[in-house]
Amino acid sequence: MTTPEFIGLGVLIVTALLLLAFTAWRRRASGILRRIDAYDRLNREVGLAVENGTRLHISLGRGNLFTARGGSALAGLAMLRRIAERTSVSDRPPIVTSGDASLTILSQDTSQSGYRAAGAEEGFRVTAGRLTGLSPFAYAAGTLSIARDDNVSAHVLIGDLGAESGLITDAAERQNASLIAASDNLSAQAVFYASAQDPLVGEELFAAGAYTGAGASHEASLNVQDVLRWIVIVVILIGAAFTVLGFGF
Amino acid sequence: MRVFTAAFAIAIGLIILLGFFFPIPLLMQLRLILTDWAVVIGAIAILVGIFNLVSVHMEKIRLRQKGSSYGVILVLALIGTFIFGVAFGVESPFMQLAVDAVIVPVEAALMAILAITLVYASIRLLRQRQDLTTVLFLAVAVLLLAAVMPKPFDNSAIDQFIVYLTGMFSRGGARGLLIGIALGTLLTGLRVLFGVDRPYGGN
Repeated sequence: MTTPEFIGLGVLIVTALLLLAFTAWRRRASGILRRIDAYDRLNREVGLAVENGTRLHISLGRGNLFTARGGSALAGLAMLRRIAERTSVSDRPPIVTSGDASLTILSQDTSQSGYRAAGAEEGFRVTAGRLTGLSPFAYAAGTLSIARDDNVSAHVLIGDLGAESGLITDAAERQNASLIAASDNLSAQAVFYASAQDPLVGEELFAAGAYTGAGASHEASLNVQDVLRWIVIVVILIGAAFTVLGFGF
Repeated sequence: MRVFTAAFAIAIGLIILLGFFFPIPLLMQLRLILTDWAVVIGAIAILVGIFNLVSVHMEKIRLRQKGSSYGVILVLALIGTFIFGVAFGVESPFMQLAVDAVIVPVEAALMAILAITLVYASIRLLRQRQDLTTVLFLAVAVLLLAAVMPKPFDNSAIDQFIVYLTGMFSRGGARGLLIGIALGTLLTGLRVLFGVDRPYGGN
């Protein structure tokens, strides 16, 4: 085993142990999450969509599950599970779009799980989970018609998207629909920062589950992220100090 | 069934992970076989996804929903391209024409629209948010433009310094964001591995 692999395994084990410990702690005492405006807006929009008979559009992006980009897609699916459960009583169920075929199948399965958990499985439609295109622009073009024709009151874009998401955010703006957007892609984050009312930056994407009430493990993940972030900061500072003192790695 | 699905998914995830860290021949062979299976299943998923795309548009056409005429064009084009592709192969002139005369120009046009859209979004951002970030954004944009645009006099040392300075901050910021995303991805993966999140319909 090489040194980077050894360090990687160590990080993995420490993270796993921390996650288990924080999950057990969070199950006993649920903590308070810091306020993120975008998630406040999301929870509000979910309630409004059910009351007003409008639709939510949830975009999970193009994150291929066989690559590292799949992480953001999985975070989006965890959020979708909660939203599907909460909107299952709506006349107009949310439309879920994705640009990857495997992700589309998982989005249908996840939505169905949400409906089943709410005891409304008969209301589930497979066509609510849609593959709108396999290339970035094909995906954006396929999604534009949903923004225009399907009485969408809010767009939730969470996943691996690129700069082409600018076309979707523009369509949302034209329809006066709310926009909650987060991506693991830096280009998309820049687009969202310019377009979304309350942009989500960086790892805030992975907090979607915790802020939609997905459970103790999601809240624990945020705690572990905080701990790991401090470890990274300390390691960077030590590395910088060693470099300044002439002890190169 | 749900327990079996979860156990199966977790076991495969663990084998792949252990195969990455421990180069034991049996684990590595299992890892390769499972990855090959995943690729085959992924390819089948594309066919299922295309069937889903056709189903959505057929439903639109059947219910005569708004924009269903575009659905007719999409379904006909898809069937035509599929038949030609299967009959003559992807290297045939017709398939090349479909790429060169349809897909490339359409995507190029969308890219051009995107450029305009992003400029418009930037202007809107400057009008809506007038804070320190906006000032910083404007300063960096002006400095970068000044550095990269052709000038009648030689000013390369200052240009290089501007590019170095802005690059230093942007690289630092980007790395910070990517480290945060990596930590989030790690924890999301662990939740799936522990069976807490089951995107395969287990909970």
